[in-house]
Amino acid sequence: MDMNNKRTLKYREAISEALTVAMENDPSVFIMGCGVDDEGGIFNTTREAFLKFGKTRVMDTPLAENAIAGIGVGSAITGMRPVIVHARNDFLFLAMDQIINHAAKWKIMSGNRLKAPLFVRAVVGRGWGQAAQHSQSLQSIFAHFPGVKVILPSTAYDAKGLILSGLKDDETVICIEHRLLYENESPTPEGTYEIPLGKGDVKRKGKDLTIVAFSYMVKESLEAADQLEKEGISVEVIDPRTVSPLDMDLIASSVEKTGKVIVADTSWAQFGVSAEVCARIFEQCFYALKAPVKRIALPDKNTPCSSNLEKEFYPGVSDIVQAAKELMGSEVLADDARVHSGEHSKFAGPF
Amino acid sequence: MSDRNQALSAYYGLIKIRLTEETIADRYKEQEMRCPVHLSIGQEAVAVGVSQCLEKEDVIFSTHRCHSHYLAKGGDLNDMIHELYGKRTGCAKGLGGSMHLIDDRVGMLGSSAIVGGSIPLAVGAALTIKMQNKPNVAVAFFGDGAAEEGVFYESMNFAALHKLPVIFVCENNFLATSSSLSSRKPLDNVSMHGGPFGVPGEAVDGNDFFAVRNSAQKAVDRARKGDGPSLIEARTLRRRKHVGPEEGQFYADENGNSNLPQNVSPSSCPIKAFEQHVLQEKILSQADLVSLKKEVQTEIETAFENAQAALISEWI
Repeated sequence: MDMNNKRTLKYREAISEALTVAMENDPSVFIMGCGVDDEGGIFNTTREAFLKFGKTRVMDTPLAENAIAGIGVGSAITGMRPVIVHARNDFLFLAMDQIINHAAKWKIMSGNRLKAPLFVRAVVGRGWGQAAQHSQSLQSIFAHFPGVKVILPSTAYDAKGLILSGLKDDETVICIEHRLLYENESPTPEGTYEIPLGKGDVKRKGKDLTIVAFSYMVKESLEAADQLEKEGISVEVIDPRTVSPLDMDLIASSVEKTGKVIVADTSWAQFGVSAEVCARIFEQCFYALKAPVKRIALPDKNTPCSSNLEKEFYPGVSDIVQAAKELMGSEVLADDARVHSGEHSKFAGPF
Repeated sequence: MSDRNQALSAYYGLIKIRLTEETIADRYKEQEMRCPVHLSIGQEAVAVGVSQCLEKEDVIFSTHRCHSHYLAKGGDLNDMIHELYGKRTGCAKGLGGSMHLIDDRVGMLGSSAIVGGSIPLAVGAALTIKMQNKPNVAVAFFGDGAAEEGVFYESMNFAALHKLPVIFVCENNFLATSSSLSSRKPLDNVSMHGGPFGVPGEAVDGNDFFAVRNSAQKAVDRARKGDGPSLIEARTLRRRKHVGPEEGQFYADENGNSNLPQNVSPSSCPIKAFEQHVLQEKILSQADLVSLKKEVQTEIETAFENAQAALISEWI
């Protein structure tokens, strides 16, 4: 990062700027999605592009997720770079056939004659009672399949750089954004810069313990690391930034150093990204481990609406602190009212 | 093009598909084409009738039953046979196989084995054509089974909304694998399925090359003028099993009674109908037909010989 550049942007502003920069640089980039042109513009991420490029390049669509994905694939095969936007990633289940059976496979089925550089943006909801169908995190679903890349920006800087990089990639890219990060700011350079897909980031250096965190869990992990530091525990927070490809070199080098790992994901633990990361750590770093890995992820339940149950459902800063103390063998407080990072309680919806 | 040259070109297309498919069927038992084949025997006139109205730069998308569309659009026969043999010299380097033929040099942009799956791809290609102000059209070939899939309706809605230059061609062979149309739909009315979206539809005898061509020409003209999509229901018959080379009786119940609509003759053959017409109207002679057949037969033999000798596939 250019440290001379002190300008900060909010996560949503960085997404918006990435799109407008990409559209200026490349006339084949266009945006499709329900409501991309309206006043809200997908939480203010597409309105700027709409005002700048008009409705032919920022196109409102019918509610037809599968066909819209397929239309995106067809346009991508023939030379365009569609960006399809969903205000909640849960709606991607309706588009799975086109994304998995078509976009991800056109390259191999065509013997490399054609590529389908479809770019999909989709937002994870959390808080204000989003309930079971507006709160899922689908990264493991997409990361399971070859031919799809999955990016999970946790900061404004990463969002812009990953999106600009993804919009030059020849494969299908799914960008999973987190609603609770939308108002968070970080230094973000103007113009064009790219973060290579598959290159993680050390969000905080440390020596006693590694936390591999994704998306919003990076925020929770950094706050936990602050607390742990006060108690003399030095935590390294690794943000892989992309799930597929996964920067195992970075993760392994940290685990080799600390020997203790927590993996924190925004989705369910079972069969999820945290399971995959742990499996790879066992495969690659087994002899460096000083303790079993720990996972901070969602319990095996669907998301409740009621705010008191939401609080119980989502693990947060306090869970990470507790897990870290268990790993370090230090005293664990029995009590523990659950503490989350601030965004969860500040978020006042509605969506 | 004169009537004679048009007829020669059409017959070349029809007979090339028929003889290629018959050769595949004959040689399938050798077990050297190690992929599922969905043969187009009986359905040739739809592919050829539509393709005769298209330019090289126009694009088409197809299904698991894609041999006819690939060849009719000008796809390389040699590359196709190599693909069926799983060779690196195949049109998809042996990675796609029979269900995923592709030849982007002639606008054949691929085939999906997910029923209905390539319909929105054709709409997307038409969107590109419109956004890039090109004079071309896109065609989605699909079967009657796909007309039951939701994505078909989503795609027609979008195409009509944006007046995209796309032609939806439903090859209605009254079968989805082995389920007859009458067991799947309350009405025999695929051509009317675009109605709610303002997509004009026409049902034609899909075994009559000229009827298909005339309908396709209207649809292509409409698309090129910027007036939007059309739907063609080409009613035809499948002469082999859903997958594999076997012949069978697909259009009769246990008592031998036809399960086809009354206006569809179970014995109709697009090749015979074409030959009869061009001979009767004296557009072509018997000698013309025989010599074209011979020419095609030689092409096919060469393709198979080369394919068997070619190098096996490798990872890309």
